[in-house]
Amino acid sequence: MVVADDIPESAVSTRNISKNYGDVEALRDLSLEFPRGQLTSLLGPSGCGKTTLLKIIAGLLEPTSGEVEVNGQMVTGPGPDRAFVFQDFALLPWASVMRNVSFGLEMRGVAKSEREDIAARYIKEVGLGGFENAYPHELSGGMRQRVGLARALSVDAEVLLMDEPFSAVDEQTRRKFQEDLLGLVQNENKTFIFVTHSIEEAVYVSDQIAILLPRPSRVHEIIRPSGFRDKGVDNIRRDPEYLDIVDEIWASLRTYVE
Amino acid sequence: MTLFGYRLPGMSSLILWGILWEIVGQSGMTFFVPPLSEVVATLFQVIQTAAFQKALYETAYAFIAGVFFAIVIGIPVGILMGKNRLLDELLLPWVNVFLSAPLTALVPVLMVLFGFGMKAIIITTTLFAIWIIILNSRAGVKQINRSLVEMAHSFGASPFDAFYKIYFWAALPEILGGVRIGIIRAVKGVIIGQLLISIVGFGALFELYSANFLMGHFWAVLIVLFALAFTISEFLAYLERRVSYYAAKR
Repeated sequence: MVVADDIPESAVSTRNISKNYGDVEALRDLSLEFPRGQLTSLLGPSGCGKTTLLKIIAGLLEPTSGEVEVNGQMVTGPGPDRAFVFQDFALLPWASVMRNVSFGLEMRGVAKSEREDIAARYIKEVGLGGFENAYPHELSGGMRQRVGLARALSVDAEVLLMDEPFSAVDEQTRRKFQEDLLGLVQNENKTFIFVTHSIEEAVYVSDQIAILLPRPSRVHEIIRPSGFRDKGVDNIRRDPEYLDIVDEIWASLRTYVE
Repeated sequence: MTLFGYRLPGMSSLILWGILWEIVGQSGMTFFVPPLSEVVATLFQVIQTAAFQKALYETAYAFIAGVFFAIVIGIPVGILMGKNRLLDELLLPWVNVFLSAPLTALVPVLMVLFGFGMKAIIITTTLFAIWIIILNSRAGVKQINRSLVEMAHSFGASPFDAFYKIYFWAALPEILGGVRIGIIRAVKGVIIGQLLISIVGFGALFELYSANFLMGHFWAVLIVLFALAFTISEFLAYLERRVSYYAAKR
C-alpha cells in the first residue's frame, strides 16, 4: 500500500530546506517531491514546521538554506505559478465577494471586465452564485473560505497551496469541503499542497501524505494511499485501508503529542 | 435617554443649559454673560456684516489649507511609520513630543521663520492637527491582519498596490478617527494663529469684541465657530460609522 510505481513527475521539489529562527531550528535538511496533478498533505503535530514549509514554497518566507523548484524553476519569491489559500481566509473586509475573488487577477493587471467575467465563473463554481455583491462579514465561515478558494482558483495557477484551509470552519462544512476538494483535484489538473493537523482529513483527501516530525522538522515517512481513491466519496471512510492508514499514522505521531 | 416615559431627542440637555444661560443673563449678575436671547439676536446681526464675512473667509481659508496639509502629509507618514520599523524608531519620539507639547509656545518661533502672514497661520493649523493624524494612521497600520499583507504579497502586489489597496483601507477606521480629532485641534490652531500671528479672521473679531466689551458679539462668534467645528466633526463621525462594519473584523 505504501509503494506505488506510477508516481508522476514532480511539479514542486524542495531540496535540503533548512530554516532557522535565530537559534531555533524550524526545518532541517528537508527534501520532498510533490507529484504533478496530485494532492500532497503535510501532516504533523503542531510546531512541526508544516506551515513554514508551505510558506517557503509560496515564496513568502526565505529558507536559511536549500532550494525550491516549481516546474524546474527556482523559487525566489511569490509567482503566478502558485496560489495560496489562507487558514483565516485573508479576505478584504471592505470589498465585495466579486472584488475579493478578482483581487489576484487585479494584481496581475487583468482588465476589470475580463477579471470580473473570470471571477463570476469561479464564484459560481464554488457555489456562491448570487453572493457576488455580498461582503465577507455577511457570510458564514464556510462561505468565506469558498471565496478564498475561488480567488486562488481564478488566477489559474498550476500549484495550489492550502494552509489548514478547513480548520476554521465547522465539522459539517469541513466534510463537504473535503468531498468538494476530491472533485477539484480530479477536474482541475492542478498540483495541491495541503497542510493539515487532522489525520483523517489528510488520509481522506491525499494522494500522498508526508508526515513531518518536529524539533527540528524532518520527513518521517511518506504514505501513498492507493486502494480507496476510486471507491467514491461515501465509501472512503469505512474502507479498511483508510482505517489502517489512520491508525498507523496515529501510532507514529502519538509520542509527539503533549 | 427617556424622561417620564418620553424619549428625548439627542442633545436635549442643551435646552436646559440654554435656559440657565438666559436666567443668569437676565439677572444681570455679570456683564460677561448677556442673555442668550440677546446673543442669538446679535448673531443674526453679526452674520450679515462685511467684517464677519471677511473673517469667515479668512478663517475658513487658513483652516482648510492647514487641515489639507495635515491630512495629505499626516496619513502617508503615519502609514509608512506603521510599516517601516526604522522610520518608526526615528520619528515616533518627535511625534509624541509634538502631540503633547504646548504648541502655542512655538508660534513665536513660527513667526520668525515664516513671517506674519497667512503662511504662518496655515502652518500653525497644520501643526495642531497633524500629530494625532500620524499617530492614528500608524496605529491603524500596526493592527493590520498579517495574513492580508501576505495575501497581497502572494498574489504579486507591488509595494504601491499594497500601500493603497491594503494598508490604507485596513487602517481607514483609525485614520478617520485621527482626522476627526485632528480637525478639532485645527480649530484651536487656526484661532490661536489668528490671535498671535496677525490679527485677522475670527481671531481679530474675538480681539475686537472682547477689547470693546461687546460680550454679545463675542459669544455670537464663539457659537458660530462651535457650530462649524461640531458640524465637521459630526460629518467625520458619520464617515467613521460607515466603515465600522469592517473595523470590528479585520
